[in-house]
Amino acid sequence: MTGPQWMDEEAGPVVRPFALTGGRTRSSGEKLDLIAMVTATGASPAVGAGLGPEQRRILEITRHGASVADIASEVDLPLGVVRVLLGDLLDLGLVAVRAPGKVAPLPSERILKEVINGLRAL
Amino acid sequence: MAFAPSEEPVALKILVAGGFGVGKTTLVGAISEIRPLRTEEVLSDRGVGVDDTDGVEGKTTTTVAMDFGRITIREGLVVYLFGTPGQERFWFMWDELSYGALGAVVLADTRRLTDCFPSIDYFEQRGTPFIVAVNCFDGADRHEPDDVRIALDLDPDVPVLLCDVRRRASAKVVLVTLVEHALKMLTAAQR
Ligand SMILES: Nc1nc2c(ncn2[C@@H]2O[C@H](COP(=O)(O)OP(=O)(O)OP(=O)(O)O)[C@@H](O)[C@H]2O)c(=O)[nH]1
Ligand SMILES: [Mg+2]
Repeated sequence: MTGPQWMDEEAGPVVRPFALTGGRTRSSGEKLDLIAMVTATGASPAVGAGLGPEQRRILEITRHGASVADIASEVDLPLGVVRVLLGDLLDLGLVAVRAPGKVAPLPSERILKEVINGLRAL
Repeated sequence: MAFAPSEEPVALKILVAGGFGVGKTTLVGAISEIRPLRTEEVLSDRGVGVDDTDGVEGKTTTTVAMDFGRITIREGLVVYLFGTPGQERFWFMWDELSYGALGAVVLADTRRLTDCFPSIDYFEQRGTPFIVAVNCFDGADRHEPDDVRIALDLDPDVPVLLCDVRRRASAKVVLVTLVEHALKMLTAAQR
């Protein structure tokens, strides 16, 4: 399974993380924004859905909602791989995704003022 | 002003840009807990010596680490910070990163001011609110913000400030300046 590796000076080792996704690099999760919010729907996976341990872990992490970036960081897999795994979960109806721009394209004045005050108080 | 605890969670995205080694990672780390986040760069013709024929659609990727930090303002309101590696070959990430971003901090080093031109051009073109934060390295001549503004040919309404990104207090001022600027642009657009 592990492909050949060589070192790229600036970027680290060449890896084949897409082995986890059966070699697929595209799925319905392809366009998921980094800060799109993913929440497990709570539906139980159909028998034979064939979820891998990474996908089960994602369902756990998203029980109360987590962003795509949070998930990738938490499972410690590259973003592209996480997007493919999420795409499968999405197709299976196991997670729901809320795109950040869908609800409000721009944050409200009230939210921004809250952020400014929150940052000052850090 | 009524507080509505049941409203949908809000996630905001702030970018940290600038040339190679200008202090992007240091800034993100000074103000938030840095967490590992990797993305992949597709090596098309560059993968010399790599066998790319075993079922991965001919794609070979190398992973690229990004700076990723989060600041929880309150439950349901989170600010995400993203910094990209400085080298130009990583520009492929920028469209994705800047999509829907609240704004960007462009870090500048007065010893290599031109390094931040590509970032400034990029955000100007996309209409992303940005500020220029001059990271004061030890031993570098101090420049007044107005000199930097002229040297970079910036719009008069783009905030320019001096900072030391190793200091949390300074990093805080940088972010507050950006969000205030974004707020100003937002209210101006609504008029
Ligand atoms: N003296 C001084 N050193 C700094 C300052 N900011 C960063 N440094 C140092 O400069 C070096 C580069 O900083 P980084 O934060 O890694 O820069 P970067 O922009 O993330 O670099 P790349 O990701 O490689 O483009 C580190 O060794 C920092 O400790 C500063 O304000 N003053
Ligand atoms: Mg860095």
